[in-house]
Amino acid sequence: MKSLLVYLKDYKKECILGPLFKLLEAGFDLTVPLVTAAIIDYGIASEDRAYIFRYGALLLLLALVGLSCSVTAQYYAAKAAVGFAAKLRYALFAHIESLSFSEMDQIGTSTLITRMTSDINQVQSGVNMALRLFLRSPFIVLGAMVLSFFMDVQAALVFVVVIPLLALVVFGIMGISMPLYRKVQAALDQVLGSTRENLTGVRVIRAFMRERAEEQEFEQENALLAKSQLFVGKISALTNPLTYVMINLALVVLLWVGGLRIHAGALSQGQVVALINYMSQILVELVKLANTIVLSNKALACAGRVESILAVKSSLEMEKYLEKDGAAGKKADSKTVKQRSDNTGISGQVIFQHAALCYQGASEPSVEGLDFTAEPGETIGIIGGTGSGKSSLVHLIPRFYDATEGNVLVDGINVKEFPLEELRSKIGIVMQKAVLFQGTIRENLLWGKETATPEELREALELSQAMEFVEKKEKGIDAHVEQGGRNLSGGQRQRLSIARALVRRPEILILDDSTSALDYATDAKLRSGLKKLSYHPTIFIVSQRTSSLLHADKILVLEDGKVIGMGTHDELLSRCQVYQEIHYSQFQEKGERA
Amino acid sequence: MSKQNQKKTIRKVLLYIRQYWWLILLSLLFAAVSVVFTLYLPILTGDAVDRMIEKGKVDFTGLKDILARMVVVIAVTGVSQWVMNVLNNRITYSVVRDIRRDAFHKIQKLPVKYLDAHPVGDVVSRIIADVDQFADGLLMGFTQAFTGILTILGTLVFMLRINVWITLVVVVVTPLSFFVAAFIAKRTHFMFQKQSEVRGEQTGLIDEMIGNQQVVQAYGQEKKVLDRFAQINVRLEKYSLRATFFSSITNPATRFVNNLVYAGVGITGAFFAIQGQLSVGSLSCFLSYANQYTKPFNEISGVITELQNAITCAGRVFELIEEPEEAETAEKESEEAETAEKKPEGTLAGKDAQTGKKVQAAGSVQFDHVDFSYAADKPLIQNLNLEAKPGQRIAIVGPTGCGKTTIINLMMRFYDVTGGAILVDGKDIRAYSREALRSRYGMVLQETWLKDGTILENILFGREDAGREEAIQAAKLSHAHSFIKRLPNGYDTVIKENGDNLSQGQRQLLCIARVILCRPSILILDEATSSIDTRTEMKIQSAFKKLMEGRTSFIVAHRLSTIQNADMILVMKDGKIVEQGNHKTLLEKQGFYANLYESQFDLPVFPDSAT
Repeated sequence: MKSLLVYLKDYKKECILGPLFKLLEAGFDLTVPLVTAAIIDYGIASEDRAYIFRYGALLLLLALVGLSCSVTAQYYAAKAAVGFAAKLRYALFAHIESLSFSEMDQIGTSTLITRMTSDINQVQSGVNMALRLFLRSPFIVLGAMVLSFFMDVQAALVFVVVIPLLALVVFGIMGISMPLYRKVQAALDQVLGSTRENLTGVRVIRAFMRERAEEQEFEQENALLAKSQLFVGKISALTNPLTYVMINLALVVLLWVGGLRIHAGALSQGQVVALINYMSQILVELVKLANTIVLSNKALACAGRVESILAVKSSLEMEKYLEKDGAAGKKADSKTVKQRSDNTGISGQVIFQHAALCYQGASEPSVEGLDFTAEPGETIGIIGGTGSGKSSLVHLIPRFYDATEGNVLVDGINVKEFPLEELRSKIGIVMQKAVLFQGTIRENLLWGKETATPEELREALELSQAMEFVEKKEKGIDAHVEQGGRNLSGGQRQRLSIARALVRRPEILILDDSTSALDYATDAKLRSGLKKLSYHPTIFIVSQRTSSLLHADKILVLEDGKVIGMGTHDELLSRCQVYQEIHYSQFQEKGERA
Repeated sequence: MSKQNQKKTIRKVLLYIRQYWWLILLSLLFAAVSVVFTLYLPILTGDAVDRMIEKGKVDFTGLKDILARMVVVIAVTGVSQWVMNVLNNRITYSVVRDIRRDAFHKIQKLPVKYLDAHPVGDVVSRIIADVDQFADGLLMGFTQAFTGILTILGTLVFMLRINVWITLVVVVVTPLSFFVAAFIAKRTHFMFQKQSEVRGEQTGLIDEMIGNQQVVQAYGQEKKVLDRFAQINVRLEKYSLRATFFSSITNPATRFVNNLVYAGVGITGAFFAIQGQLSVGSLSCFLSYANQYTKPFNEISGVITELQNAITCAGRVFELIEEPEEAETAEKESEEAETAEKKPEGTLAGKDAQTGKKVQAAGSVQFDHVDFSYAADKPLIQNLNLEAKPGQRIAIVGPTGCGKTTIINLMMRFYDVTGGAILVDGKDIRAYSREALRSRYGMVLQETWLKDGTILENILFGREDAGREEAIQAAKLSHAHSFIKRLPNGYDTVIKENGDNLSQGQRQLLCIARVILCRPSILILDEATSSIDTRTEMKIQSAFKKLMEGRTSFIVAHRLSTIQNADMILVMKDGKIVEQGNHKTLLEKQGFYANLYESQFDLPVFPDSAT
């Protein structure tokens, strides 16, 4: 939570005024019993009606002032909490945006989304509540005790004894039951997991007639859940009766002491009534405090989770920071990179120097020993089974991941020395999963290049074979795209995401298995179009189909992360066994004929 | 939810609670005791105050007597409060357990049709979240609604006995807090609505952008996205502030009303005291009543929404529990006969020769004028006829949505035919019990569903009473043994959630081992290799070949390379069999199948690639 307090910095005023007004209100609450005592001791005793009216009016005034104080306090608390949450949300989103692929893989997107939404909401209500209640309750408890001292020291001793005892009981029970509640949650998660598993496997379970066994398993988990709920219930059910008994026993003692003190003339009847009043106020506040703590514990847990995301440093970003350390050096550096790449005059060359990539937490590298050069304008094919490392290989080029061994050079310069933006602006990549964003088709295409002219967009659409269906849309290129591109078919999405990559006229074009949803004719047209591009990008095509790679200048065959064959289609077909196998598994008949 | 439905749901809830009637009776009893005694305490306190008038005028013997009574009252109240809480917990969690058990039981019996039509998340949330919400409401209803009402009534009675006029002050002013709360709630509703609208918009953006961050970063759009986020964030802050602030006025406002009541009681009480109609002790008693009386009023609006919520949730669970189950049409005798017939087969599983013979004896499948549709107005399969002899290999191909998987669904009786009949070994499948029918099949699907548990447990899913040795034997037959051996704990390796530590191919091999173990007479492979790359598929094919020996098998595939050796290929289109024959004859026909085949394989013929 500590590191999150930064985001409260701008709300110092609110953070002070909120609790302050809350304390004022509590102060008025504490004076009410005193006024009542005065009414009893003077008003009633001397039968002074005017006095009673005056003090009665005072009670009303106190109520009114209390109301306005508390409303003010609520306002400041809400303002601070909501503002804090907004700042935190922004900071977290910006931070997540900066995370690299390997951090994203490790944390997982669904987790990140929960952190962004429900966790921050919890923290917000936690802050709101803390500002309002954390000071108020202890203040009333202590205030009641202090005021009782002013009335009578002996009577006040009752408070001195009972308050710590009460606190001990309330927090003790909470301390015991909280870890138990975590167990209950775990049991509930188990029940949830079993239900989900059963539902997703319904066909298999029925086919194997395992319904009864599944039910038995569920019954056990379900019973365990009920049992742990009951157990915690028994303990936490103690809180109310125990505090009730303690506070009222204290009341009995107070009455006895009060009797003695009145007899001695040290206390008046009204004052005893006031003391009784304080006793019940303390009870109410302690219960409130306990609830506040339970809720704020939840909020703290959420805050911890948010914090842990903020603490994750992007592995790519780190180097940026390093560059920033020597600010002057950095500028010069990036200039030299630009100069160097300009000077070399080559554009679109990619060199892999014994590169390997081992994902964080994985025991074995996904790809290793990559050693090859893609000359400008060449088409490189990459083929292999699922999980053979094809995507990992191409992800090294735009530096989605850093090579864990060896180097990747673009235009003769190590990608790690490139400013990220500059590197990525050279590259157009089309991912396996064709993703479009909410907006219009045009807006989506402009992601490729913001300044693209309508002609450029048109050209990209035509090349990617997307024009035919875009034209058919009522609004053409300005047709609406729903979130994730739901209103388009898989093939249409793929063609548009290819167009998006083409709009930027990349020096390097990467197609990561991105034509799988296209029929052969379209796929072929697309590929022949790419060959005719005026700016001759270097093209990487990842595919599972040998037919897509027939005309590549160079094909890399991957198996278990290693390159086990390199050459043209014909070369590989004659000497690479795995390539043959892949090819014939797709062209059985032809293979046999050949 | 309409009033009537609400009533119905409440009646159903009561049915579940009924078996705990004695617990409820006890709970109510203890609740009544604790409320009455709680209310009695201020009177005793008042009496005690009246025993101490002023200096020298304190009646210690009377005071002692009262204090002793107070101790007893406190002890009884404390104990009965605790017992009541424990009882309420017991009732609630038992009812919740029963409902969950029934719901889960129901899932096992529901037609697959229902489960296909309802997203998993929806059903899960009914069983978990809804039941939880219901439990909260039920508990709160027990502990707060009942005692709250009792407290209000009890306080009224006690107050009336002391002084009618002051009681009137309390009764008239208190409901104010109720109105104030309702008024604020109404006003804030709109702002909450706005807040959740904007929140939804923001979550949408977060989902989209964080979910696809790779693309965002690849195109360097981080800044633009962040700007869009910031815009929504500012709006959200605005609405959030209003919603949070206005809703948080409720508490101070109701507290203000409480204070009004308090002041009112103080003033009127003091006047009555001057007239000698009220003792100071009674006044202090009244003051504490004023506090107690308003508390349930403040809580009650919360309790009512909570209860309504609970009933809605319960309604959703009951909806699930009351779904009609799968029809079980098998007659009793035949069911017994079937299971008896089946048993020896299972135990013989280890011995190939014997079982093989037995299996071969059975396994004929016949579709006799079968009609079927998922939705009544859209007929899918019409007048389908087909006969598979024991040991034959039948392949079903066709474009997506043509009804291939539907045939499997019908054979397994996941769905029932709407016309005609399916016969297995010459007998209508509806005449078998589901168990007897399904024990004849072994099924491998495209989604490789595995359970949370070890590799061994997953293989034994095929047949529980098989031993470790048999499981390993099955794994060897399915080519799974070699990779299992290399896992950190071999056969005892725990498969992580949804088997993420295994590759698709490995998971499919496990599914095959699972089927091998159960030694079915009819084998069903439904797109079993479609998510696997072609080379891995070839390896799995050899496992399948072993599996299919001597068994009638049905293979659904969209990759034609996998089915060329089938005895019979059924080509389906729009729910009908349009062609039938083996690979060779179908190709010669130059029809739909030949077309399909060309489009998948005859690539080099395409003019563009020849250049």
